[in-house]
Amino acid sequence: METGVQVVACTVEGEEYAIEIKIVQEIIRVLEITRVPHASPFISGVINLRGMVIPVMDLRKRFGLPPREPEETARIVVINWNREMVGVLVDSVSEVIWLPAQTVETPPSGTGGANTEFFSGIGKLGSRLLIMLDLEKIFEINDSVSSGRGIV
Amino acid sequence: MDMSQYRGMFLEEAQEHLQKLNDALLALESSPENRAILDEIFRSAHTLKGMSATMGFNQVAELTHNMENVLHKLRNGELCSASGIVDLLFKCVDSLDSMINDIAGGGEGNLTVGDLLTELKNLHESEGHAGSIPVAVGPEAGSHPDTPIDGAAVGQKIITSIEFNEYEKNLIKQAIDQGYHCYHIVASIDPRCVMKSARAFMIFKNMEAIGEIIKSIPPVQEIEEEKFDTSFQLILISMEPEENVRKGLVSITEVMEPDITVISQVFTSSIPAEGTETQSAESQLLQQGREADKTGKQDSGAADISNREKTKNEPGYVPAKAKASQTVRVDTTKLDNLINLVGELVINKTRIEQIGRVNQVPDLAETLEQMDRITTDLQNVVMKVRMVPIDTVFSRFPRMVRDLAKELGKEIELIIEGKETELDRTVIDEVGDPLVHLLRNAVDHGIEEPEARIAAQKPEQGKVLLSARHEGNNVVIEVEDDGKGLDPEAIRQKAVEKGILDAESAAELSDTEAVRLVLKPGFSTAEKITDISGRGVGMDVVKNKIEALSGSINIESTPGRGTRFKIQLPLTLAIIQALLVLIEEETYAIPLSFIAETTSVMPEQVNKIQDQEVILLRGDVLPLIRLNEVLQVPPSDLPKDEEINIVVVKNGEKRVGLLVDTLIGQQEIVIKPLGKLLGNIPVVAGATILGNGQVSLIIDVAGLF
Repeated sequence: METGVQVVACTVEGEEYAIEIKIVQEIIRVLEITRVPHASPFISGVINLRGMVIPVMDLRKRFGLPPREPEETARIVVINWNREMVGVLVDSVSEVIWLPAQTVETPPSGTGGANTEFFSGIGKLGSRLLIMLDLEKIFEINDSVSSGRGIV
Repeated sequence: MDMSQYRGMFLEEAQEHLQKLNDALLALESSPENRAILDEIFRSAHTLKGMSATMGFNQVAELTHNMENVLHKLRNGELCSASGIVDLLFKCVDSLDSMINDIAGGGEGNLTVGDLLTELKNLHESEGHAGSIPVAVGPEAGSHPDTPIDGAAVGQKIITSIEFNEYEKNLIKQAIDQGYHCYHIVASIDPRCVMKSARAFMIFKNMEAIGEIIKSIPPVQEIEEEKFDTSFQLILISMEPEENVRKGLVSITEVMEPDITVISQVFTSSIPAEGTETQSAESQLLQQGREADKTGKQDSGAADISNREKTKNEPGYVPAKAKASQTVRVDTTKLDNLINLVGELVINKTRIEQIGRVNQVPDLAETLEQMDRITTDLQNVVMKVRMVPIDTVFSRFPRMVRDLAKELGKEIELIIEGKETELDRTVIDEVGDPLVHLLRNAVDHGIEEPEARIAAQKPEQGKVLLSARHEGNNVVIEVEDDGKGLDPEAIRQKAVEKGILDAESAAELSDTEAVRLVLKPGFSTAEKITDISGRGVGMDVVKNKIEALSGSINIESTPGRGTRFKIQLPLTLAIIQALLVLIEEETYAIPLSFIAETTSVMPEQVNKIQDQEVILLRGDVLPLIRLNEVLQVPPSDLPKDEEINIVVVKNGEKRVGLLVDTLIGQQEIVIKPLGKLLGNIPVVAGATILGNGQVSLIIDVAGLF
């Protein structure tokens, strides 16, 4: 049997990203997001996922891209992270694809490209380039961002 | 045989027995002559031994076995329960506790207890032969007492092979009290007899002519059906002397010489502390009876009655009866799931209510009313299921206080009140540590040394009162001591020394406020650092913990008279009453337990003192907090009231006014955590889902102070 990974392909600012499907709980339309004061700037807020309150991270903000109001195509990819649910806001979700192992390359390291620390690999599918996301790294925000806190 | 599946059960039961041992030992210390307590201790030790041996935890079994030997001697009066022995037994219980903990952690409970075993064995062997009493050996060791069972010398004996029910016990007791005789008769019929049931019938007839048969073994029915070998037993209550009873039996043909025993002795005797020959024989017999019953039912009838008789004379200690209440043990995660689901239901019900209101469906409103009642009931029941009596926390304190007091050479009585008060499990789990700290403080710093107490004309024995009670939707726990109290002046000085505040502001504080300084981080009033408190964990930790539970702590203290810590906690942390407020476009929930009142003022009534906005509320200065600033709420163009709405919140003695735009109303909310990714957000205590499905944040009021 061929080895590889099944991924959810999504886009942020025109770039295609891939999230391993086994950690994806579901993909939902953007619900009303409640802002959380003093939260990390990458966190848009919290949503009500069928009675569960889960935080939503905006990948645009995480990647340092200009903020934009979510459009009709925007989706929240709900990730099962350490037995907790976390939503990831993306511009759109296109499809679920199979990435054969030989098509995945390690990301170019230290070549100055922005955000490469969040990438775990790059999948080449014909002319398409899918950037595999390292969500562990992406969710690592509690220690790095503690500034901007404090009560007025 | 794989025993692992029974491990959990074993651990739970073992812990229960350890707790019983602890309680009973404490009781024994205050009334060393109480046989009922000794019996209780013996039973627990014995059960533990049996359980652990079955599970293959041999160390536990060995230690309990040796404890049992010593206990056995105590019961026989061969040893007296001097404090030394009780201390040793306490040590054993501690070791057992460590062993059980080790087993809980996956070990085999194999701790080195050689010293303890030696001490126990020495006790067991040394004084054993001293008295004129026959050597009593633990029954498990194989040798049974030599005293003849029929006790010819005494002419009366104790029946232990029969189990009496409550009704029968009462009957016997009453009969004896009224001067009747109670006989235990073993009637035997000639084995060659062909119609045993006929003979049995005659025995019954003759006996009923002179008295009342209150019990037969086997039951009458079976005797009539000839379902007995050659003999059966009867318990007869009669006015007739034993001789007449005997006559009434032997007059029947084919009935052998009956074995008749008067069983009055065991009910009426009061056993002197220094065992005489009969007493010794008796206790051994009692014991035998118990040993014979290995099924786990520890109370053989007679022993039970004798216990009862004796405890009656010594109030204050009632042996914990194994309650046969109908309960089930449920995994707490299942309960948590249940409460989550009920929470969902409540949210959805509110949602349907809104839909009904918008669409004006009258029938729906009626049904919803019904549903509302059911969900409310359901919610109450589920909350009740999660309630645990606070005794589960309190029960470990008597031992702790005793040990501390001993260590410090103080005499302290711990009085516990309201241990049956129920609290939500989530709160129970968290409240133990702060209480330990407060009790340690009371024993260590509160209660004076005995000499100092005498000098202050107080009783030598200090008192610590630990109480719990319900007050509205809260539980109030108080830790009170009659010690030296807190000295506000000393506290002011100390606080200045520690740099918590400057001398000027310290002097301005009222005594009540000064006393609250002990709750500040970095404060410790202890002159000398002892092993007991002052481990670097200050009172501020207690305060933080209580506040994390949405509770509050208050201190009342009178120098020379004592100190009282009053902790107020919500009954539950899962569902609370909250006031919903609007700040710009955002909805927030403020827990009702923190709200003192709401008020509104005109903007010009807001003054400024040193950059702090305040208003005058009934003559008092009330500092204001603008929630929109604290919560970084983006401005909106929603129309606002001309007046400023203020929610006055309290935390202990302190009050602060929170500025909000609109008061929406009071509502029951289900608290949801924000998750790890949003851990440690200041000013936000959690989130809740409103009836419209929107998520609203709960304001951490304590965090605003």
